[in-house]
Amino acid sequence: MENNSLKFLDAPIEADATTDIIYMMCPMHLLTIDDKVKEIKTGQVLSILTDYEGAIEDIPEWCDKTGNEFLGVFEDTDHYKFYIKKIRES
Amino acid sequence: MKTIYMDHVATNPMHPEVLDAMIPYLREHYGNPLSMYEPGMVAREAIENARTHTADLINAKPREIIFTASGAEANNFAVKGIAYAYQNKGKHIIVSKVEHHSILNPARFLEKSGFNVTYLSVDRHGLVNPADVRKAITDETILISIIHASPEIGTIQPIAEIGAIAREKGIMFHTDAVASAGNIPVDVQSMNVDLLSLTAHQFYGPKGAAALYIKEGTRIVPLIYGGIQEGGRRAGTENVPAIVGMGKAAELAKRDLQKRMEHLKPLRDRLIAGALKIDKSMLTGHPQQRLPGHASFIVEYIEGEAMLMLLAAKGIYSASGSACSSKALKSSPVLLAIGTPVHMAQGSVVFTLGEGTTDEDINYFNETFSQVITRLREISPYAKGWEGMEDQACTAKK
Repeated sequence: MENNSLKFLDAPIEADATTDIIYMMCPMHLLTIDDKVKEIKTGQVLSILTDYEGAIEDIPEWCDKTGNEFLGVFEDTDHYKFYIKKIRES
Repeated sequence: MKTIYMDHVATNPMHPEVLDAMIPYLREHYGNPLSMYEPGMVAREAIENARTHTADLINAKPREIIFTASGAEANNFAVKGIAYAYQNKGKHIIVSKVEHHSILNPARFLEKSGFNVTYLSVDRHGLVNPADVRKAITDETILISIIHASPEIGTIQPIAEIGAIAREKGIMFHTDAVASAGNIPVDVQSMNVDLLSLTAHQFYGPKGAAALYIKEGTRIVPLIYGGIQEGGRRAGTENVPAIVGMGKAAELAKRDLQKRMEHLKPLRDRLIAGALKIDKSMLTGHPQQRLPGHASFIVEYIEGEAMLMLLAAKGIYSASGSACSSKALKSSPVLLAIGTPVHMAQGSVVFTLGEGTTDEDINYFNETFSQVITRLREISPYAKGWEGMEDQACTAKK
């Protein structure tokens, strides 16, 4: 069952770690999340900065597949800020 | 006939240890570094090992090294990649008039797409004045790129000082260290650079492997999109043997740097002293602040190409400045930038020494060079003076 549907945020939220992959194309957003989520602790929030449009679909889906929580995306002037809460080791 | 290679700034022979390190990756370890099975893992590990050594050479972190296929690619990547990444902040770029074509031409390309470029003048030794950099900065400036050491005149720029200005102003700073990395100390921390280009064949590595240092956290638009190689910043299946060779060459350069410099400096100084005994010859570039194996001259009343040909006939291989300029029969922009009159710029010649250069080579050179000049002056139409050539207009552009 899909529980991480796309939700837009009105403002950025505080993250424990941020990774900037602006100008990187598919599948760097997914590979980077894989790597970076491993570096944070369960319960912490990872923020991903990307301008890759496909991430809108891919990142919530990645959270579904891996059992992590998609907190939402904030649309900044020229990029998106995605927020993921680590729920379990992936 | 004895031959002496005095064009080490064009390229270098590979160090035997470099070749030995590469051979297994040309033979049995042919795996694609992205493959998940054993041969792929072997290739992947080899690349990461090379990345560590390359990073060590310039005091960077391994993840700040992006391998490219050439110094020209690294320079293009830096200039275009930063220009496109930061164009929302501004569209002004600063370079010097003594940059390599792989900086100048991307800058000219960007001018056609709406960027403004300032080409900074240099003094008679080819030095950029950091105060001029400061003056050229505007609210729109997003990138400054200044060459570390000139392959044509050997001059080493005050990069750390320029870098400090760029950092104070929050502007990205790139240096083209292609001629310097592996030949003199290059430290990205003390030089205050955000990006730096280097290439393996300038320090006894193979052709086909080079790198761009990109300070962690710097945004850059890739030149080549495709797969996930180099963290998605430079797609394309890696040239594993060449990258392995670059790593080995970097390891050796770091180990032997001091020794190599100490070997070269006295040889260079003897060569310079010998060449300057020739009437109407002068050193180009900075007399002290120059690459340890680099000696470059203007010899009046003689055409550079004629010197090269006669020297080559005597077994001495050298260059007349930038390869592109001599092929195009056009005065070198670097020589014009240091104030060399057009008619004199034709008499330019560059000798660059290396690990294999000996005392005997310099003896032979000093004797032969003077003979070659005497011979050429006997047949030069200008042997008695320039006869009005001084008025010839400079047609070369910036």
